[in-house]
Amino acid sequence: MKILVCISNVPDTTAKINFTPDNKEFVSAGVTFILNPYDEIALSKAVDLAAGGGNVTVINVGDASTEPTIRKALAIGANDAVRINAPARDSFFVATQIAEYVKKNPVDMILCGRESADHNGSTVPVMIAELLGIPCVLFAKSLLLEANTATLDCEIEGGKQVVNVPLPFVAGASEGMAEWKIPNMRGIMSARTKPLSVIDPVDVAVHTRHHSFDKPATRSAVKMVSADAVEQLFELIRDEKKVI
Amino acid sequence: MSVLVYAENLQGKFKKSAFEIVSFGAAIAHEKNLPLTVLSIGQVAEEELLRLATYGAVKIMKVEGEAFHALSDQTVATAIAQAAAADAAQYVAMTASFSGKAIAPRVAIKLKAGLADNVIDLPKMSDGFVVKKNAYSGKAYAYCEVLSDVKVISMLPNSYKLVEDQKQAAIVPFSPVLGAADTSVTIRETIRSADKVSLPEAELVVSAGRGMKGPENWGMIEELADVLGAATACSKPVSDAGWRPHSEHVGQTGIAISPNLYIAVGISGAIQHLAGVSSSKVIVVINKDPEAPFFKAADYGIVGDAFEVVPRLINAAKNFKAGQN
Repeated sequence: MKILVCISNVPDTTAKINFTPDNKEFVSAGVTFILNPYDEIALSKAVDLAAGGGNVTVINVGDASTEPTIRKALAIGANDAVRINAPARDSFFVATQIAEYVKKNPVDMILCGRESADHNGSTVPVMIAELLGIPCVLFAKSLLLEANTATLDCEIEGGKQVVNVPLPFVAGASEGMAEWKIPNMRGIMSARTKPLSVIDPVDVAVHTRHHSFDKPATRSAVKMVSADAVEQLFELIRDEKKVI
Repeated sequence: MSVLVYAENLQGKFKKSAFEIVSFGAAIAHEKNLPLTVLSIGQVAEEELLRLATYGAVKIMKVEGEAFHALSDQTVATAIAQAAAADAAQYVAMTASFSGKAIAPRVAIKLKAGLADNVIDLPKMSDGFVVKKNAYSGKAYAYCEVLSDVKVISMLPNSYKLVEDQKQAAIVPFSPVLGAADTSVTIRETIRSADKVSLPEAELVVSAGRGMKGPENWGMIEELADVLGAATACSKPVSDAGWRPHSEHVGQTGIAISPNLYIAVGISGAIQHLAGVSSSKVIVVINKDPEAPFFKAADYGIVGDAFEVVPRLINAAKNFKAGQN
């Protein structure tokens, strides 16, 4: 069983987000970067599935600054790692790099987080699957493997769906697929010496270009309503905000 | 050439989000002086299909047949891409619903098009094509330029208003050709709670946190949601503790929502929670701690015990609803 887990290096969920004065670039100074929380769920599941004698490879598209996060993934239990040495330009660029790697190094399963905490697109897992011509189950809450078929529960509008997919496939992990694993001392020590290969990206023309950032407008001051006067709350919201 | 919108139906009925994306497509069609085609997949009655013309569709492509009863992402993506090619669509738009998010990237690759995913506003089209999206889990907006000739766009629900623009529309049957790869996923079971409002599309959301003290106290939250016709949601500690399902968790690592009204009961307002709900148009916070950080991000605040305030709100909601009818 060969499992590939795609990981992103993202700002810590508690980080305050700031941009350069021209709003063109994200300011990373003073921001802690972490393994994307959903990717961590995917990785935890992969480590569980491989416990009976499989191999888990983590792959990241990024420059050398992502290596501490890759080592964290190795500490959690991945066997080896690949870094494709290029900044992640857009989701098509990232998905193409990973799909090209998989064409040369076939796997039984590709697990990703359902979305990344920076761009939140949920696009990379789907694009990898499309580029490889295989199924993708996004928003997967559970994954059960039997021989060459996987059964997954996934979120849909107003409910859930149970699907069967043949191997190989891509899944986007949601909460519930696995318990988060906390690296132990042995994992942390062994992560330092596990193989991390750095490979060059393939050439690909991107179709999108980042333009700029902006921050949401701050809300006007909160209007306090006495707990004894909530009877008119909905009329108040209707009259003042016209949203209901 | 055309603007092609995929209008998703749920058991033969179009939801509000379908009319939102049709209105959005109509605005692009108007700007670019192109006709608007709307694609429907699955069994939908003619009368329901014609509702799409209310929002500006001049052509309605319908895909029906047994292969399209249980819709897998790959089947739908193939149908959309083939319809877009047949219609020479320059712009292909759909809702970024759970299924839309799994479909749009496939369509973009099939059409060798750039993807503008999860957009929240009409693109700027005067110079190039620049879309606005949420970034950093709701803490910022990103603007992204799509460079390709053909552009695929997915838009989050509740991001664009309904604009009526009645047209005479022709219904044209379309038959996509499916390959083996399009049908490799077998849908074993679909479970939908018919009476439950889908969280990402909900206009009103009632959410609660640890202040509720335990899962046994959720009855009043559900009742308030029920009276308002709202979806229920919860904070991360609540879903982590197993009080409520993960699918209700809103916040940075849960679902990001942008309802018209978000009512938060007993949620202190950690930065990760705020990230997922800050796009809500109006936020009401109920907390017994006057220092709760969530009050700073709210439009209306009520300091009080949830167990006293929520029953009063249920009465207030009942009276409000009665006054509307």
